[in-house]
Amino acid sequence: MNRFDRRKFLKLLGISAAPVSVAGFLSSCSKGTSARVVIVGGGFGGATCAKYLLRFDSSLQITLVEPSEKYMTCPFSNMVIGDMQTLGSISHDYSAQKERGVQVIHAKVQAVDAMVRMVALDNGKVIHYDRLVLSPGIDFRWEAVEGMNAPDAEIIPHAWRAGRQSTILREQLKSMDDGGVVIVAPPENPYRCPPGPYERVSLIAHYLKQHKPKSKVLVLDAKDKFSKQALFQQGWDELYPGMVEWVSGSKGGRIDEVDVATRTLYTESGDKHKADVVNLIPPQKSGEVAVTSGFSNEDGWCPVDQRTFESEMHKDVYVIGDASIAGKMPKSGFAANSQGKVCAAAIVSSLRGVEMPDPSYVNTCYSLLSPEYGISVAAVYRYDKDRGIYKTGGGVSPVVADDAYRLQEARYARGWYDSITMDAFG
Amino acid sequence: MQRYLIITFFMFSAMLFAKVVLSAEITRGAMLSNSCAACHGTDGRSPGEIPSINGKSAEFLSQALHDFREGKRPATVMGRHASGYTDEEIELIADYFSSRP
Repeated sequence: MNRFDRRKFLKLLGISAAPVSVAGFLSSCSKGTSARVVIVGGGFGGATCAKYLLRFDSSLQITLVEPSEKYMTCPFSNMVIGDMQTLGSISHDYSAQKERGVQVIHAKVQAVDAMVRMVALDNGKVIHYDRLVLSPGIDFRWEAVEGMNAPDAEIIPHAWRAGRQSTILREQLKSMDDGGVVIVAPPENPYRCPPGPYERVSLIAHYLKQHKPKSKVLVLDAKDKFSKQALFQQGWDELYPGMVEWVSGSKGGRIDEVDVATRTLYTESGDKHKADVVNLIPPQKSGEVAVTSGFSNEDGWCPVDQRTFESEMHKDVYVIGDASIAGKMPKSGFAANSQGKVCAAAIVSSLRGVEMPDPSYVNTCYSLLSPEYGISVAAVYRYDKDRGIYKTGGGVSPVVADDAYRLQEARYARGWYDSITMDAFG
Repeated sequence: MQRYLIITFFMFSAMLFAKVVLSAEITRGAMLSNSCAACHGTDGRSPGEIPSINGKSAEFLSQALHDFREGKRPATVMGRHASGYTDEEIELIADYFSSRP
């Protein structure tokens, strides 16, 4: 059939010869909408959302904007810091997303204009959308840390976004002398991954116990209590006796000022702590684009309808993951994955003009106290108009448990990692 | 020409069918079950240490979830998870994963 015949053939079917229209015709037959959805941020939230959007409606035109060609996960980055895993083992690319038809653009978003439904990229491109999903993760409130600015993280790493920061901290630990002091300084709530700093303390202690056993880890906490506290403290006593000291916020843990050059921390209580390695995790807010484009509130986090994750600031824009205010859910990769699926269902339902069934959310945070010692906290969540997202069940690992139980949870932590990274990036 | 039309028609039909099959329905069962995938893998197919749950019989899955919830089946995290679901929700989840290939 020559070109003319093909055109005639298509005319016969009542559609034009343009391939776009063929796609439109096909998708309209399969209840597709062919709508343009732009997703900003390719972490657990954004990557999951892209995948599940296409599962629910394969006609959608999905664009995923993510600066990095490889995403390095915060989960298991503490194993990289403790020199037990490589960065490669926590890196995931976007080849599976591309194969399923997601257009992946490696660029940074400069601005979102929700009035005209447009996203401007730093490569000069402008993308139009029918629905926008923001999954920008976190940014740091450097203004809240006296004496320290973003570039100082080369000397005092936060390692709260995985990648180069994780290796800076690892190399500092490796070059420290035996008998040195490591300070970990977790921030006030809310922040990304509530049990994360304490898993880090554990795995740093694990590294030190093997390589530099006279060293110590001092935890200067902004808070008076923390996630899975009883389990962590019991584990530290059991695995690393005498190595870990935790100071609560009201008993001298809160940091007033930092002297970067000498790695000295001054506390509110008037104490001075000089260390060989300092891991200060700054207070946080929504990822930059959500703040600069007007989706966050005065606290720096993004209010959303917790049934759909549609922004309270703008219609047809959704904010998921760490950046969002999600009721009782913590800021975690698991939570972002769970929200990404609900958000995908909400977007497809809204495009079809139908009511989405009630959402259900889950979170589980595994923490490793050593490679063979795992603990977890799990919860199931529902939504209610008055209460927002609330918990319907769940709990933490038992305080009384044998070695086999802790080992099994450590194995499940790895199994969870394999599954969730496949669910999001695979 | 006519033969080509017929072939094209079948190709179109196949594509339509493929699209319909590919699009997962947004049901209550799916809303409940999708969150299980973070640990058990997409559609319940686990690539690692955590057991796969796709294609198991609805009776088995329902019984297991009830037993986890009532503490009759040894577990680490599943007893805690199962506590968050009603009998009706357990049936929907069991039906969903039993129908995953």
